[in-house]
Amino acid sequence: MVETGHFALVLAFAMALVQSVVPIAGARTGDERLMAIGTPAAVTGFLLTALSFAALVTAYVQSDFSVANVWENSHSLQPLIYKITGTWGNHEGSMLLWVLILTLFGCLVALFGGNLPPTLKATVLSVQGWIGAAFFLFILATSNPFVRLNPAPIEGRELNPVLQDLGLAIHPPLLYLGYVGFSISFSFAVAALIEGRIDAAWARWVRPWTLLAWLCLTGGISMGSYWAYYELGWGGFWFWDPVENASFMPWLAGTALLHSAIVMEKRSALKIWTILLAILTFSFSLLGTFLVRSGVLTSVHAFATDPSRGIFILCILTLFIGGSFALFAFRAQTLAAGGLFHPISREGALVLNNLFLTTAAATVLVGTLYPLVIEALTRDRISVGAPFFELTFVPVMVPLLLAVPFGPMLAWKRGDLYAAGQRLFAAFSLALLAGIGVLLFIDRTAVFAALGIGLAAWLLLGAATDLVLRSGIGSVPAHVVWRRVVGLPRSVFGTALAHMGLGLTLLGIVSVNTFQGEKIVAMNPGDNIAVSGYALHFEGMKAAEGPNYSENRGVFDVTAPDGRSLGTISSAKRFFPARQMPTTESGIRTFGLGQLYVSLGDPDASGAMVVRAWWKPLVVLIWMGGVVMMLGAAVSLLDRRLRVGAPSRRRKPVPKLADSSS
Amino acid sequence: MTRKQKRLSVIAGALCFLGAATALTFVALGQKASYFYMPADLKAASVEPGQRIRLGGLVENGSIVHGKGAEVMFGVTDNKDTVKVTYTGILPDLFREGQGVVTEGSFRPDGTFVADSVLAKHDERYMPKEVAEGLKAKGVWQPD
Repeated sequence: MVETGHFALVLAFAMALVQSVVPIAGARTGDERLMAIGTPAAVTGFLLTALSFAALVTAYVQSDFSVANVWENSHSLQPLIYKITGTWGNHEGSMLLWVLILTLFGCLVALFGGNLPPTLKATVLSVQGWIGAAFFLFILATSNPFVRLNPAPIEGRELNPVLQDLGLAIHPPLLYLGYVGFSISFSFAVAALIEGRIDAAWARWVRPWTLLAWLCLTGGISMGSYWAYYELGWGGFWFWDPVENASFMPWLAGTALLHSAIVMEKRSALKIWTILLAILTFSFSLLGTFLVRSGVLTSVHAFATDPSRGIFILCILTLFIGGSFALFAFRAQTLAAGGLFHPISREGALVLNNLFLTTAAATVLVGTLYPLVIEALTRDRISVGAPFFELTFVPVMVPLLLAVPFGPMLAWKRGDLYAAGQRLFAAFSLALLAGIGVLLFIDRTAVFAALGIGLAAWLLLGAATDLVLRSGIGSVPAHVVWRRVVGLPRSVFGTALAHMGLGLTLLGIVSVNTFQGEKIVAMNPGDNIAVSGYALHFEGMKAAEGPNYSENRGVFDVTAPDGRSLGTISSAKRFFPARQMPTTESGIRTFGLGQLYVSLGDPDASGAMVVRAWWKPLVVLIWMGGVVMMLGAAVSLLDRRLRVGAPSRRRKPVPKLADSSS
Repeated sequence: MTRKQKRLSVIAGALCFLGAATALTFVALGQKASYFYMPADLKAASVEPGQRIRLGGLVENGSIVHGKGAEVMFGVTDNKDTVKVTYTGILPDLFREGQGVVTEGSFRPDGTFVADSVLAKHDERYMPKEVAEGLKAKGVWQPD
């Protein structure tokens, strides 16, 4: 089975080479038979990669320690779920997952792209083939997961205990679906440049793929953030770690791309810019892959350092980013410029959005790469952390967030800012009240928190205002409202949901950063502490055995601020004998939208346990906001206009009563 | 305003914004980036008390002292010089004597280093990269 996987991988590489050359050759010469090879090549390539991946998963499930990769990252006593997820909990396996998802997207374009112009489809599949071939070669040459050991060891070295968590089952696949999903918009952009032709239909084909990738990336980042929050035991949800930034930059650029593609689709404007953003977004994805996989950074994600891999990925990176930008430089002027618009208009607002988002991505890029550049130039080793990003990223984002509610209120071509302001007056007043309320009733010194919460309320209420006005709630009878709601394009709800999600996340971040309560104390059994009104009574330590670890669990009784008993919360120190490695399992209980978080340390000089306890008000909103954003993307994806597979269908004539201002 | 003037004003506005963002980035890089030192580097470098730096090395053998509550003191060494570090909080799981560590914080006027974050490696196999490279540069690297 293992050799089958290896051979399938080699064949998939060969198939990617076919896909790289034949369809595009057909598109250039106008040979339909050559172009038609793209579809079966993409489908076969995916099936071969899936077979290869299945072979590796099987080796993990069977604990076949004759495979070096399994030996290094699995153990016979590991629970089955961690044996399976361990497949991608290491460098080689995660790269295999990367190409699996790449070929999956290629396969989806091949299957659902039936109504694309044949030359465009052939060229897109070929560009996908180039990316695939490069990464297959990378895996086969430097990171082969199927290398055998002889003699086979009896027991494996076990998956890093930090990774033995359900988060590993969700976070990397979702993140890769996002990262790699942007390869489709990249391929479409490169294909448009090669063909020298681009129109509104192009944007309509690209937008669902971008939306899908963005949905997955949003989920991947939120999930990663929550995982780091509960697994690392530090109680933080975002560390501005270079690897987090590596996933955040494509998200920012991808968000910009989503918005500029709207302008291109509706108004045929910003064509060149949209192409550039599509290239940029996938470049950020590749850069992220390079940063994480090359070992230039120390991080939880850098599984192993091997210089040959770094140089190989750097070559791929240079080839694709350099090549696509060169192509852009040569061909961009062949694309005709589109419609004109007034600065105060929907288009203008979306350009503003793009300006701010790309600048924000640039500040993150500078903060992430600066230490690497400085080290290469001066040998000085520096780190750029949260203080840098608070001073650069935050000031760039705040004006953008202030502008968000105006965007959907402005008309295409020429908008009326004054009228939009009038319509948003209620939302603005309520947001202002929310901010003032924070100052008056919660904390008179928390000026920044008040501003932050006001801003979050502004986003939430602004998005709600848009829906209220479009549906006519309060101004027309209920049955008309209902008809309007049904008649509204789904993308209107998608926009509102995504913007609300942003507001929720912001509310959670501000609330936790300002109002969380924290205690670090050494406790003996029977001791009590209180954190933000919640009383914790330390019951004592309990020893227990897990399948592949032993643990020492500290149990606490929790009492609510009003005196009710809330049961217990427990945090454990686990020890994994296979790796001789301890981990901390933090204890988390959710009450409303806040969480009580307890993390155990080591015993102090007198034998008392060091305990760190937090009350994190509204912390759940941080990730709930991410989920709402995903929901928004999903609703938009269901919009008839964008439905994958039916992109060119005309909208039905809208009934007179329905609002068609979008 | 003519169309040309409008376009120019939009471009000027965008450039002003980009300029402001660039200026902010430079200021932030100058002020907020923290440098990494090993104990033996500190003599040559002029690190003021209160200046935020990252200090890395190995946890000195036999140096870990648990104080009152969650306070803990330990020595960070590169086998040439040693710096005393105090930290209040929970140490990472893989924090051990003789192992690589990176601490972030600043010196008090009395010469002790007060760390507000302590990072150890994530896995028993790998050292923090800066520490490994620093030790290699000083010729005291012992591969395990």
